[in-house]
Amino acid sequence: MVTALLVLGILGAVFGLLLGYAAVRYRVEGDPLVEKIDAILPQTQCGQCGYPGCRPYAEAIAKGEAEINQCPPGGEAVVLALADLLGRDPLPLAEEHPKEPEKKVAFIHEELCIGCTLCIQACPVDAILGAAKQMHTVIADECTGCELCLPPCPVDCIEMLPLQPDLDHWVWPEPETPDYTSKDDATADKMRRKA
Amino acid sequence: MTDYALILVSTVLVNNFVLVKFLGLCPFMGVSRKLETATGMALATTFVLTLSSVCSYLVNEYLLAPLALEYLRTISFILVIAVVVQFTEMVVHKTSPVLYQVLGIFLPLITTNCAVLGVALLNVQQRHGFLESAVYGFGAAVGFSLVLILFAAMRERLTVADVPEAFRGPAIALVTAGLMSMAFMGFAGLVKG
Repeated sequence: MVTALLVLGILGAVFGLLLGYAAVRYRVEGDPLVEKIDAILPQTQCGQCGYPGCRPYAEAIAKGEAEINQCPPGGEAVVLALADLLGRDPLPLAEEHPKEPEKKVAFIHEELCIGCTLCIQACPVDAILGAAKQMHTVIADECTGCELCLPPCPVDCIEMLPLQPDLDHWVWPEPETPDYTSKDDATADKMRRKA
Repeated sequence: MTDYALILVSTVLVNNFVLVKFLGLCPFMGVSRKLETATGMALATTFVLTLSSVCSYLVNEYLLAPLALEYLRTISFILVIAVVVQFTEMVVHKTSPVLYQVLGIFLPLITTNCAVLGVALLNVQQRHGFLESAVYGFGAAVGFSLVLILFAAMRERLTVADVPEAFRGPAIALVTAGLMSMAFMGFAGLVKG
């Protein structure tokens, strides 16, 4: 019993010392800015910033790919500290990391429409029904949400509304898959060309 | 010499760790979506499996066996594997940035790969010597790599195939894995044991 405890304890201690030594001996000098940013971040590794951990987020900030306000656990204090470090303006804390924009479709306020047909000519998918001097309407199923009909309308009666999910349109949300490499696109393209 | 060759053939083809012993299934299903990631994972696993089977043999032979502490095998092997993986990750990071880019993200993942612990424990169970352990670990890793890369290549083809809706995604992947497993059963009898 005692030998077992001793052996495991000593084994653990030796391995701990080995790893500690290796961490110092084989230290990799990274970007000093990344180190500083990483030191400010709360190290919760929660991933709420949209990056797989605090260090990747720090690297993204250093590269200028990410804003400084995407860390909910750090709160305002971290945003202010980062703004101070990087000489950027402090930003209000982002609610959540940016999601995919909601799918929207065009909607014509029919009481305002003057029947000018300009939006019909602009629509690339023929999703707008109507004739000259007749009120127009949008076929929601056909609309791709391209917003090309908005600028031509002389009375601004077209509005983009979020598509309400219903039984016909609702699909299971796709599970989020981690991106293991950045070279994925090349493979996908290759596959498409072969097929 | 023939012994080592037999161990190699046996672990790669006949007693393949993934398809016959069903160890290491999580990376087999998880990292086989793209051929490139599968190759990276295969290389990293080969590296870790060979190294850890040797290290756990040493720990078992020179630490646990003389002190009659064989019942601590599992926990000390886990400790050894975790440390070996961490240590190699640090050394590779420092010495070879190119290798680190290929293997980097996979190395920590392999720590918890059951095939790694399985090989270490099977080595003890089958009373392998030092070189035999190394060959057994390497063979297991080569078998794992072979199957993983073949499977990834098939899954890449499957993504563009017209699969019936009910079978899409993991279902067709598991069906494919099952067929592959049956195909590998064809090697049974090639080598005894």
